[in-house]
Amino acid sequence: MSPTTTKEISIGDVAARQAAGITQMEGEERMALNVGPSHPTTHGVLRLILELNGDMIEKCEPVLGYLHRGDEKIAENMTYNQFVPYTDRLDYLAPLANNVAYAISVEKLTGLDLPERCQAIRVLVCELARISSHLLGMGVFGMDAGAWTPFMYTFTEREKLYTLFEELTGARFTTSFTRIGGVANDIPEGWLDRVSKFCDELPLATDAVEKLLTRNRIFLDRTEGIGQISKEDALAYGLTGPNLRASGIDLDLRKDKPYSGYEKYDFDVPIGTRGDCYDRYLVRIEEVRQSVRIIKQVIADFPSGAWYAEDAKKIFAPPKEKILSSMEELIQNFMIVTEGPQIPSGEVYFEAENPKGALGFYIVSKGGGVPYRMKIRAPSFCNLSILEKLVPGHLLSDITVILGSLDFVMGECDR
Amino acid sequence: MIDQDFIDDLLAKHSYLGFISHEDCLTLSCIRDHWVDFASYLSLEETFDLLVDLTAVDHGEDAEVRFSVVCHYYSRVHHDYIRAHVECASNENPEIPSLSSVYPSADWHERETFDMFGIRFTSHPNMKRILMWDEYPYFPLRKEFPLAGIDTPLPAPDVVEVTKASVEPAPMMGGPFVSSGSGPMSDSEPRAKDESWTEKSEKPG
Repeated sequence: MSPTTTKEISIGDVAARQAAGITQMEGEERMALNVGPSHPTTHGVLRLILELNGDMIEKCEPVLGYLHRGDEKIAENMTYNQFVPYTDRLDYLAPLANNVAYAISVEKLTGLDLPERCQAIRVLVCELARISSHLLGMGVFGMDAGAWTPFMYTFTEREKLYTLFEELTGARFTTSFTRIGGVANDIPEGWLDRVSKFCDELPLATDAVEKLLTRNRIFLDRTEGIGQISKEDALAYGLTGPNLRASGIDLDLRKDKPYSGYEKYDFDVPIGTRGDCYDRYLVRIEEVRQSVRIIKQVIADFPSGAWYAEDAKKIFAPPKEKILSSMEELIQNFMIVTEGPQIPSGEVYFEAENPKGALGFYIVSKGGGVPYRMKIRAPSFCNLSILEKLVPGHLLSDITVILGSLDFVMGECDR
Repeated sequence: MIDQDFIDDLLAKHSYLGFISHEDCLTLSCIRDHWVDFASYLSLEETFDLLVDLTAVDHGEDAEVRFSVVCHYYSRVHHDYIRAHVECASNENPEIPSLSSVYPSADWHERETFDMFGIRFTSHPNMKRILMWDEYPYFPLRKEFPLAGIDTPLPAPDVVEVTKASVEPAPMMGGPFVSSGSGPMSDSEPRAKDESWTEKSEKPG
């Protein structure tokens, strides 16, 4: 009988050495390997405790919470508008989409109807955020698989997007663009033309990425058949967004439960056939093209009129120029800033189709300007829960590709 | 969309369900003993194949039933959600049967709910904290837990020995500021809702 040997390697973390149970493995020579919490593959602070048999992963235990800030507790202690900047920091690669999802959730409680122009602005920024998030997702995914160049192409385009965001909101990353009942400001002059120009240039970059990756032998070898998620598993583990659609399930909330006027625009929902890492990449690159299609339709038929709900006197603070010239608006602004937008009591659940998946807000209100309870349903949190089932049976080197293809953000996962 | 026929049919089949409202989505109340049965029914007999969200609400220390668990199911056929409420048995040691055998996605949601509220999910395969560290002594989303946090020892004894560091409450002097909107003018001035540690009062813990 050969003696049982246990080796342990820890990268940077003392706690891994204390990970009970894992160091006492029986049978063949096993190894406990700690990946993260700070590791280039984990795109943030995710820690995986792996149990290896040679190069083969036998068990994977994700450890979360390194970026937990207690957003839900914070939300219970401030007014609805004060929480908007916190939504920027959920999925910090698509802050505009989070802002919109949050604003719509609260507005659903009030039963407010927004003017068409406001809805169009929101759809526009959501799709720009989706492009920005997917460009990063694809670029980093390529880099994880060993291809540097696509990353350079996607980052060039993202830089242009951030310039557009800066013109619109004044900030590149933490946009805080929506308010309950509207948006922070109307679009600046000439901005739509610049968005149009960006949409004309973007296909050149996505084509370049496709030329570099889609038929690339090395990329195919590393991604095809790796990290396959069946339809049943994808649903059972609550996957949403591109990860679910790559497994062949046609669920896109923009089509299924349209919000903010998405039903007016014509677009296709790409779905995968095998649910492997390669399919997830293909779905994302096609979604970028579909987003461009939506943006072009929005711009072609951009509604005029009000860009915020004018009749919502207790919810939306009027624009600055009105506050400074009229007494009634001044009082209105004062009440909304100090006490918060007045939201009727009730409960609401709303999910928006964000770049990473369905971002949901469950809000319990007891009236007034502060929520009683707010739960944030983070798509990255649900998407990562499949790791325990998905990773075992893969080689250690596949970890980078699987994590890259799931395209998660820890800011949103840990909240 | 879920229509009235569907609701009537569902309520007729399951006497343990109570109708609460049908505003943003169909909201039902369920009793504890049938919590798992109802989930299996939605998953197997109906088309609600996604458990999108599971969480809890703390109704406050004085409430008759303090904790209730709220779950959202989504159907790809109806394109609609069902929200189900269930009340937890005891206010001191709240418990609820786990749904993770029916919907694997409930696993992490239930761990998070346990972590934040201290609600135990019976027959859950791995009932431990997920966001906070394992040794953490409090349940942060309970209403009595202060926004600032409570002084807590660090989970690494060897680090504590050298640095004497601990997890300290956050100073609340900087806000967030919210007006109560009632009472005399001097009280309705915007102030931090949680003043458990300001320059005027001692820090908690």
